[in-house]
Amino acid sequence: MPSVEILSRIQFAFTIAFHYIYPPLSIGLGLCLVIMEGLYLKTGLAVYKDITRFWIKVFALIFGIGVATGIVMEFEFGTNWATYSHYVGDIFGSALAAEGIFAFALESGFLGILLFGWNRVSKGVHYFSTIMVALGSIFSALWIVIANSWQQTPAGFRIEGEGMQARAVVTDFWVMVSNPSSADRFSHVIIGSFLAGAFLVMSVGAWYILKRQFVTHAQAMFKVGLRVAAVAALLQLFTGHRSAEYVSEYQPAKLAAMEGHYDSSAVADMYLIGWVDQKKERTVGLKIPGGLSFLTHGDFKAPVKGLHATPVNDRPKAVNFVFQTYHLMVTIGMTLIGLTLLAAILLWKKKLFNQRWLMTVFVFAVLLPQIANQAGWYAAEVGRQPWVVYGLLRTSDALSKTVTAQQVIFSLVLFTLVYALLFVLFLFLLHRKIQHGPDVTTNEEEESDEYSKRNIAQIN
Amino acid sequence: METILGLDLPTWWFLVIGGLITGYGVLDGFDLGAGALHLFFNKEESRRLALNAIGPVWDGNEVWLVIAGGALFAGFPLVYGIILSTFYIPFMLFLVSLIFRAISIEFRSKEPMRWWRKMWDISYMVSSVVITLLLGLILGNLIQGIPINAHQEFTGDLLTFFNPYAILIAVTTLSLFMLHGAIYLVMKTENRLYTKLTVLVNNCSKFFILCFILTSMATLIYIPHMTHEFKRNPALFLLPLLAVLTVLNIKRNIDGRKYFIAFIFSSFITAILLILFAIGLYPRIIISTTDPAFSISIYKAASSEKSLKIMLLIACIGTPLVIAYSTFVFWTFRGKVKLNEMSY
Repeated sequence: MPSVEILSRIQFAFTIAFHYIYPPLSIGLGLCLVIMEGLYLKTGLAVYKDITRFWIKVFALIFGIGVATGIVMEFEFGTNWATYSHYVGDIFGSALAAEGIFAFALESGFLGILLFGWNRVSKGVHYFSTIMVALGSIFSALWIVIANSWQQTPAGFRIEGEGMQARAVVTDFWVMVSNPSSADRFSHVIIGSFLAGAFLVMSVGAWYILKRQFVTHAQAMFKVGLRVAAVAALLQLFTGHRSAEYVSEYQPAKLAAMEGHYDSSAVADMYLIGWVDQKKERTVGLKIPGGLSFLTHGDFKAPVKGLHATPVNDRPKAVNFVFQTYHLMVTIGMTLIGLTLLAAILLWKKKLFNQRWLMTVFVFAVLLPQIANQAGWYAAEVGRQPWVVYGLLRTSDALSKTVTAQQVIFSLVLFTLVYALLFVLFLFLLHRKIQHGPDVTTNEEEESDEYSKRNIAQIN
Repeated sequence: METILGLDLPTWWFLVIGGLITGYGVLDGFDLGAGALHLFFNKEESRRLALNAIGPVWDGNEVWLVIAGGALFAGFPLVYGIILSTFYIPFMLFLVSLIFRAISIEFRSKEPMRWWRKMWDISYMVSSVVITLLLGLILGNLIQGIPINAHQEFTGDLLTFFNPYAILIAVTTLSLFMLHGAIYLVMKTENRLYTKLTVLVNNCSKFFILCFILTSMATLIYIPHMTHEFKRNPALFLLPLLAVLTVLNIKRNIDGRKYFIAFIFSSFITAILLILFAIGLYPRIIISTTDPAFSISIYKAASSEKSLKIMLLIACIGTPLVIAYSTFVFWTFRGKVKLNEMSY
């Protein structure tokens, strides 16, 4: 039978990977909703109201699954990683509690108004609620990323006790919160989330345009998504670079694994694509010679710390996996920049919506930010191994002592079945919602609506 | 040890977490109870009304569980790890039920087919019942204590949890939430469904009173350590007395059809029962049935003073905010539920 450690790791990776599909979508959609409803309040055009209401319904579906799978994550720290919980409770626990009280409560509280409040509250209060929900989802990400970043670059603490009774104790809360990687990782994650949401909006818009349904609405939503995506894709280049810099400084073994760089005294290359032969400790592929040296030291000839600089037991084992996931993320990032810039130029030339091939690409492009987010997360987490708290606590020491392999197999099978069902239902309902499309405000309704005095056609 | 208003920090955290769990019980209690009653409504319209009565608030109510979990993790990380890993299987079933409940509420309205709605109706009721029973089962085991050895490791197995007392507490919890939920629903509905609920709420109140008497007697007879503190400090006996008066008051107000007041009292009884448990427990947080010396006290389990102090500050800033927007949402959706195009 597989060990409790490997089973618990599989369970954690599986449950978090599944969970991580949804929060980035909520965060990105939240921002798009704020823009759409803002445009409605500003212009009074019914088309913006229709698309806002349409996307709020999609948002609720995604948010619901995100919450349900997120609660699992919170409790898994205690069920499967009790020693870890004890070790980091002072720090990680505070961040989780802060997330609940400051962010999650805000989101969940106002979501009810978003969904059911159209006829209950004024337009201004409704818009305020939309902003609160969007802010809540961003604050959530902030606290979770802070907690995770502390595991990557621990700061503001000291160790008390020894052996299995050891624990990290806060010495300075703000140093802990603003640990060296918090800001960089948060901006990287949040922009990745904006991309996920924006590409979903564009994908659905492009689908309607291809099918020649709800064309006015589709163009309006596509433009909102494109605005967000174009800014986010470019910003991601910058945050990605900053993230690589912090990794090179604080987790050199992870950076070395990302580029398959073994020899510390050698100049480090940057690979566009490649393969790490872990047995021979060699990397082959298409590369920019000295690229990594330039990235980290600003000099193409400077040597960079390789995996050999870290003792074998303290460095990640799955080097090729980290290399591949990292490169997948970067490649997709570049593709997204290309796609959004192309679309923005065509939009500016008023040729965008005639390009059926590009619309087809955008229908499927919804998967790209998702894959990049997952790949980036895997690179970051697997690259941190064998540590659960970098340099302090090994993953193998973090387990619950009393949990047996049978128990974990039971829960793992249970989650696999439930999540598979959940995913099928999610796709089914999303598909149905998209097929149904936005409820289009008719002319009579529109006249009675004091805001909508102008013609829909005006938006073109 | 540093104190604030005469109480040390671990005691403060014991109170904060107790308060959060009480908040969860009072708030999610009524929507779980409404879920447990769901299949008693036969008509599609009644089911929709019942769902929409909790629709805008159930998600916000569940937040209290997340915050209580986070607070326990932050305040008593040792206990967080021990309780969750000890009750591994019950918690996994709890989590899966939470998922099913959330998606039942969310998905039911999305398709009009009868089989679709029926499937989610059943899933909604079953998951609501299972969640409540599991919470009660875990609580029951914590009241009587669990086998923990000198290394703070659980030495029992899954069957340890299924003992008569814990099962009784599980059923009592279900009866309490069903009553609480029925009162909430009767408050929020009108016409035919209201008439049906007036009968249902009466039966729920009889069921709860029966469970309440049984639980009180079983606790007095079989769980002596819960009464130690009361014998030491007889003034505390006012609390059980208050509990009995509250239960009678719920019955009286239901009979008089003063449902809002009954709801206040059913919230109140949830709080009193948890306070009685907390007094019996304090200053322990996990009772060992193997040897009282192996019990885990709040002082042994607490985080560092610094962390507790920071978290207390966070709680002081955060809690009024959470209460403010919960109140705003409840106020926005005050009055009887009506169905419209945005309803479930």
